[in-house]
Amino acid sequence: MMQQISILLVVLPLLAAPITALVRGKNLAWLITFVLTVVCFGISLWILMDVTTGRVIHYELGGWQPPWGIVYTIDSLNALVALIVSGIAAATMLYAPRSVEKEIPDHLIPMFYAMFQLCLLGLLGIALTGDVFNLFVFLEISSLSSYALISLGKNRKALFASFNYLILGTIGATFFLLGVGMLYAASGSLNMADIQTRFAEFENLQLVSTALMFIVVGIALKAAVFPLHSWLPASYSYAPSTVSIFLAATATKVAVYALIRCLFDVFPMQYWLEMLPTIMITLGSVAVIYGSVRAIQQTGMRRLLAYSSVAQIGYMIIGIGLINESGMTSTLLHLFNHALMKAALFMVAGIYLLRANSTELDDLYGLGKDMPYAFSAMVIAGLSLIGVPGTVGFISKWYLLEGAMQTDHWGVVIVILVGSILAIAYVWKLVEALYFAAPQKPRVQNVDSGSDTIAKSPMLMLVATWLIVIANIYFGIDTELSLGAASDAVRSLLGTGA
Amino acid sequence: MSMTMLIAISMLLPLAGAIVVSRLDRVPNIREAATLVTAVILFIVNILIFGQFTDSDAKLIVAEPMPNLTIAFSVEHFGMLFALIASSLWIVTSIYAIGYMRGHHEKNQTRFYTFFAVAISAVMGVAYADNLFTLFLFYEILTVTTYPLVTHAGNDKARKGGRTYLGILMGSSIAFFLPALVIVWYVAGDTTFASGGMLAGKLDPKWAAPLLLLFIFGIGKAAVMPLHRWLPAAMVAPTPVSALLHAVAVVKAGVFSMVKVVGFVFGTDFLTQSGATHWLIWLPMLTILLGSLVAMTRDNLKERLAYSTISQLSYIVLGALLANSLGLLGGSLHIAMHAFAKISLFFAAGAILVATHKTKVSELDGLGRQMPFTFGVFLIGTLSIIGLPIFGGMWSKWYLLLGSIDYSGPEFTRWALLGTLMLSSLLNIVYLAAIPVRGFFVSSDQKMAIKEAPLPCLIGMAVPALMCIVLFFYPQPFFNLAMAGG
Amino acid sequence: MMDYIIGHINYWLIIAVMMVGMFTLMSRTNMIKKLAGLSIFQTAVILFYVSLGKVEDGTAPIVAEGFSTYSNPLPQVLMLTAIVVGVATTAVGFALVIRIKEAYNTIEEDEIRELDAKS
Repeated sequence: MMQQISILLVVLPLLAAPITALVRGKNLAWLITFVLTVVCFGISLWILMDVTTGRVIHYELGGWQPPWGIVYTIDSLNALVALIVSGIAAATMLYAPRSVEKEIPDHLIPMFYAMFQLCLLGLLGIALTGDVFNLFVFLEISSLSSYALISLGKNRKALFASFNYLILGTIGATFFLLGVGMLYAASGSLNMADIQTRFAEFENLQLVSTALMFIVVGIALKAAVFPLHSWLPASYSYAPSTVSIFLAATATKVAVYALIRCLFDVFPMQYWLEMLPTIMITLGSVAVIYGSVRAIQQTGMRRLLAYSSVAQIGYMIIGIGLINESGMTSTLLHLFNHALMKAALFMVAGIYLLRANSTELDDLYGLGKDMPYAFSAMVIAGLSLIGVPGTVGFISKWYLLEGAMQTDHWGVVIVILVGSILAIAYVWKLVEALYFAAPQKPRVQNVDSGSDTIAKSPMLMLVATWLIVIANIYFGIDTELSLGAASDAVRSLLGTGA
Repeated sequence: MSMTMLIAISMLLPLAGAIVVSRLDRVPNIREAATLVTAVILFIVNILIFGQFTDSDAKLIVAEPMPNLTIAFSVEHFGMLFALIASSLWIVTSIYAIGYMRGHHEKNQTRFYTFFAVAISAVMGVAYADNLFTLFLFYEILTVTTYPLVTHAGNDKARKGGRTYLGILMGSSIAFFLPALVIVWYVAGDTTFASGGMLAGKLDPKWAAPLLLLFIFGIGKAAVMPLHRWLPAAMVAPTPVSALLHAVAVVKAGVFSMVKVVGFVFGTDFLTQSGATHWLIWLPMLTILLGSLVAMTRDNLKERLAYSTISQLSYIVLGALLANSLGLLGGSLHIAMHAFAKISLFFAAGAILVATHKTKVSELDGLGRQMPFTFGVFLIGTLSIIGLPIFGGMWSKWYLLLGSIDYSGPEFTRWALLGTLMLSSLLNIVYLAAIPVRGFFVSSDQKMAIKEAPLPCLIGMAVPALMCIVLFFYPQPFFNLAMAGG
Repeated sequence: MMDYIIGHINYWLIIAVMMVGMFTLMSRTNMIKKLAGLSIFQTAVILFYVSLGKVEDGTAPIVAEGFSTYSNPLPQVLMLTAIVVGVATTAVGFALVIRIKEAYNTIEEDEIRELDAKS
């Protein structure tokens, strides 16, 4: 029973997307998508509850036995990622209607939602599959749909950003494909579990290490790991708000997940232990500092948040590089936690975009006072980004610190502290602009005159934002779900205890 | 009722009060009655806790976000002392606020009472925190919830002050307090407060001083220089808020945290052995003197009082850093004594503002004869701060002096300590006593009829002023608590 | 040495094609040419897979009388998917280029950057 349900996560969006594309009314299209995301969320939650008991769900597509057929193997890690993706998707959809209505031309709205579903499909597929080639396919499904989604942004810069993302993303995907090809040449298999069990047979081939490099670089491009992040800031800051929320919260996280999967469940850990961790810690540290500093320099809210994402991905990469239980736990927790904070922050940015038609900070001066609910949501999410106790950000940073101290990486400890202080600086910059700065003369050309709705933040948007914000606090205090799933997953990744 | 229940109630009650108050915007009388009732019940709850806490080691664990890192509450002597002071002064402040806010025609009064109650809830959290992590959490919540109070006026000046307030308190706590917390947890594996400290034997003594410095700078609410700027900046707030900041909640939460850190994280013995305080003790000493000197130069009455607070707070920090039982006793007694004295002073200053709209010391000539009651209260507060007999302030200074004589550090430092305490008392006379003297004895050519402030203000003022005197003759409750704690 | 080079001649050619693609992608500012480079790059990877499946003396993998050695069918099947992905990418890319042309009236990257910097 459970097996059959798990595949629904992929099948449902696949069926719903073409239907949505054919629908005429924008409200119906939204409704379908919303129901779909909520159902997916429910299923993921159910699956997570089921697998945290230690069970692993196997599903063989079409009844073909592995290693020949494609198999979905779902353990805590898969379930956690699927939960993040579908949860954020559901919240985004709750948030979406008003913002989409404003940013997307009416006749494209059903297409937009269909595309969104395809993107969701791709990301969920990545999270569930146990087959490396299948992973590539889902990676491309999600990427292709996100290129299209990003290009729908109102500013024409969105087109160019999307084009650049397309070029780099495709290079990344092709690298990954090349790596998979080499791995296949060496192993004769595409099944993750199969490759790992027979790894000793072909370990000494040079082909394998080349494959590793191509795979890692390819995924790192998708995950926007420094220095391969150049596509990210532009894409996130010009995409429609709904898209930036969803992608910022999930796309890079899923890519980081894919990286973890490949590093731990395709290649055995011992194989790359001598070389990669140092590189990862170094790159991650540089990413934290560089991303934060660039974030401070930005003058646009969404661009600032995008650079902060670059920094936060740095934390995740450091966590992997530390190769111990706390470090890995922090990475997985941060997948979950960062999705929550960035979703909330981009949601607030979206509310401002809706009302002020801009997310440039000097257009937003003083808006926080007019929109206290959106503003206070931003402050709480910002505190979480800094890592203040009582919020989710603290939990993941705490584990990262613990991991760094246990492995005597004192440089990393300093990087985390400096990164947190820089985070205070850029969050403060937002607060300063939105609340303390005196409002400039309203830019008349940016405001739809005569519209009274402009004075209010739409209810649904606020509800969605506050749901996520409350989750930010709730999971900072009651960590049973996130921490339980994460530490469960870490134990099976690192092979310490079952 | 069980202990854990009472502790939970002490925090939930003000919150519930806040919700009720926020719904009563239309009916100011009932709203203020609700505030008062909540305050009185809270005080009773704290008295109940006081009545039975000694033979109970009840612990209320709310959540455990991470192994060995809990949000938990328990009652211990210092916390009890702090909770009693804060909750009793909340009643007084509420009475006073009713007169002040109405007399001064402040806007958004509902918001004011609501956030006031929330802030008190956070104070209870600080007072009953069972570990450093919980303390930190509520310390931050307190900062955030008092922010709308500080910027109550809502104009640019208020926001500018609020910006400094938030910036310094948040910034210092995240940049210094949080790392210190992490280090403590890493070294000791736990952050639960333990009588006698939990770092002894786990932390290399040579690292004690840097860690303590992190705490001193991190607990910005204690306003040790150079992190004192937020206090004068927060003077833009209405007077009852200033009272809350200075006497009831915020700064006291700061010095209380300091006392907790010294007594229950480091442990006095460990701190003495490590010699960490030998040079760190100069920080509060300098703050005491510089605070007093700066206060002399300020003409704005509230600003002068703010610098006086900065100076007085460092007495408490000093008491903690003396790292002996007499010092801790003096320091924690001073939490109580200073609270009552300073709140009298602020209420009097607020009453002057409400009645005459005057804020400068130089404008007060001759006012004492028109407002004898207000200036009388101010005089009592002043004398208690100076530390003269028949006023409560004497006791805390007395024990601080004894603690200084007991100080185990270098001879020179000990003399410097004694000298600082003496000199500072003299400076207190100069900058504080000058005000009632002006009011009563300097004659003014201005002829105008000035009446005393509204009745609730007067009642609110009378109580703490009386307490200043009562505490001289009957300091036992606080004395016993501080004694047992040390 | 010579044997090694000649024995792997297909891989050398594939690498050459790949480099041509990469170079075009990097060096051109014209977006159409960039996409062309991208396609060439992808094609090289497809060729790589197909040549992986080649088995000495093997025939097309259809079971029939008289043949016992077949080429490996799996890489070719995979490449069907990859070709679809490649086509889709190129299509999305061209669609974007059309819209960029409409919005900026140019498809030269450096000119777009200039226009962006101005606004």
